[in-house]
Amino acid sequence: MSDRIRAWIGPLLRWETGLALVVVIIGIVGASVSSQFFTSNNIFNLGLSYGEIAIMTLPMTLIVISGEIDLSVASILGMSSALLGYLWARHWPMLGIFLLVAVVGLAAGAINGLLVTRLGLPSLAVTIGTLAVYRGIATILLGPNTVANFPVTYTNLGVNAFPFTGNDLTYSAAIFIVLAIIFGIVLHATPFGRSVYAMGASVEAAQFAGIRVKRNKTILFMTSGLVCALAGVLLTFRLNTAVQNNGLGLELAVVAIVLLGGVSIFGGKGTVIGVVLGVLAFAGIQNALFLTDFNQEAAGIVTGALLLLSVFGRNVASFSSRLREWRPARPGRGGGLRASPGQGSGNPAGITPP
Amino acid sequence: MSALVSQSERPPPPAPAGTGARKLTERAFRIRESGIIVVLVVFVAVTASVQPRFLNITNIQFILVNTTVFALLALGETMVVISRNYDLSVGSVLGLSAYLSASLFGGHPGFPIPLAFLAGLGIGLGCGMLNGIMVAAGRVPSLVVTLATLYIFRGIDILIVGGKEVVANSLPSAFLDIPKATVLGIPVIAIVIAVVIGIGAYYLRSFRSGRELYAIGSNPDAARLAGIPIGRRVFVAFTASGAIAGVAGVLWAAQYGTIDSTAGTGYELQVISAVVVGGVAIFGGSGSAVGAALGALLLNTISSALYVLGISPFWNQAIFGFLLLLAITLDRFISVRLTAALRVRGARHE
Repeated sequence: MSDRIRAWIGPLLRWETGLALVVVIIGIVGASVSSQFFTSNNIFNLGLSYGEIAIMTLPMTLIVISGEIDLSVASILGMSSALLGYLWARHWPMLGIFLLVAVVGLAAGAINGLLVTRLGLPSLAVTIGTLAVYRGIATILLGPNTVANFPVTYTNLGVNAFPFTGNDLTYSAAIFIVLAIIFGIVLHATPFGRSVYAMGASVEAAQFAGIRVKRNKTILFMTSGLVCALAGVLLTFRLNTAVQNNGLGLELAVVAIVLLGGVSIFGGKGTVIGVVLGVLAFAGIQNALFLTDFNQEAAGIVTGALLLLSVFGRNVASFSSRLREWRPARPGRGGGLRASPGQGSGNPAGITPP
Repeated sequence: MSALVSQSERPPPPAPAGTGARKLTERAFRIRESGIIVVLVVFVAVTASVQPRFLNITNIQFILVNTTVFALLALGETMVVISRNYDLSVGSVLGLSAYLSASLFGGHPGFPIPLAFLAGLGIGLGCGMLNGIMVAAGRVPSLVVTLATLYIFRGIDILIVGGKEVVANSLPSAFLDIPKATVLGIPVIAIVIAVVIGIGAYYLRSFRSGRELYAIGSNPDAARLAGIPIGRRVFVAFTASGAIAGVAGVLWAAQYGTIDSTAGTGYELQVISAVVVGGVAIFGGSGSAVGAALGALLLNTISSALYVLGISPFWNQAIFGFLLLLAITLDRFISVRLTAALRVRGARHE
């Protein structure tokens, strides 16, 4: 009897369900406080403002699930933006620039990945370091200069709607949707995706299961580099400006959205659909506050509160599951240990200290 | 990675092996700390030989005063990082405290300066306690909690400040003179901060509750089994970090004079960089407050040296990042060698 009830209620207790509810509430509240909320114009602007951040959350989702973290994403975005401007100012053909930017993005990710997997350094520290290095390279490339004379055919990508979507979707939003589907399939329906969960749950177990942990994690970091380079190109065309501080400080917003989407900071748990909902919640809140003349920069209060809710909400769930596990007294509660490793130790798991 | 853990993990080794291991570990730390000093000295020597102007008294004073805020923040962050936690909210706490304490002067002419510092301390204490309660009692990862409070404290700051700012001429001149006072050419503020860091380092090194922070960071499960009140210790570490960031905010206000809602933005990662460059392991359990302060001094010296050498300041960040990567690679190397050496020692005595 109770099993049957649980079978019904179980899926409803998921974080994603709650988040979907939050998104709906934000939609209702947004529509009631401002008649502009659901206009095509506003949705288009949402895509403009949050498209690049949204794109960067996708590879971050996989990296955090695999038990690592990448804080250098916004710097890779800035570096590719600066490189684009630098080469354009030196009259390179646009196709060659795209190619080089993609290669540099991949290389930046590969450096992160190799430092983490081959030298065994913690990804948190490595990517704080490369955050500074990549931003530094952007600064060295452009100095105080701004490059702004990009051809209209490309800057139109930033201001026009994606074809066949009416006037609702920007290019960045459309690219996000396509990428979200690809990342969702890769994460949830391929052996590689399962290996991401396995690595996040336990590196040793993954190794014994024959998963090539080092190679797979390097691939994840390289994917992140490539995708962030793409986001950098999109941002540059949208603003029609390449400047060294493009996207400065976005890394924490990206991490916040991913955690808001229900991905566990300790790895091994999370879904792409959750992160997509996280993006909607994040953008929706900021937008609703903007439309109600609330000081938009202070919207961080709401984002932060939601983030806290996401960890405390999860803790309630894991607490109830711990209670459930207690009834048939099982000797090895492996999951329980991971739910509260140490006492609130902020160790992105999987990276065991030397 | 401290001697404490190596002892609790293996069957109790005979006494000579234990003390030997401890000596070895301690020596490795000392090598790590003197490593920063060597880098610092080499850097200063090279810069000064190219550009003697670097060693003039005004420039040295400038570097020391600029380091004070970061060294203070690094002290609080060290306490937190040693216990295998992170405090990402320090920049936001600094900003909040800087504005609120400095605006007291504008609202109440003749407001006593010590009370402004006390106000900053109180604001920081409150923020730190909030972080501490959530991490310790709520059992949630500190990286997430302090990422959230980074946004929340900054948001509150923006709501309070709006588009306003505190300008220097609303502040009493005695307040603005705090960073300028010198004794024998050394800025008084640098001496005071050095003493504070010394006290902090002594506490961490020699007090029971300080040592327990290392134990928690080395191995939380072992620490719990050893009966260490983990929650209480971690709570105190966060409270101290917040309180220190609050005081640093008032100092920041005295140093810059103009305070808007962006004060201290992005400091969190710089402070963690300084701490890690200074030899505090990012996964806790080792490092010292003195090392962290030296890390802050090194980073500030480098940016000043680049300026004096006429190298574009745009190189700053790339060099910082490279140095950070070098520091963690070096730490990894030392710890691998140390573990191997301890194992050999342990085997010899069995």
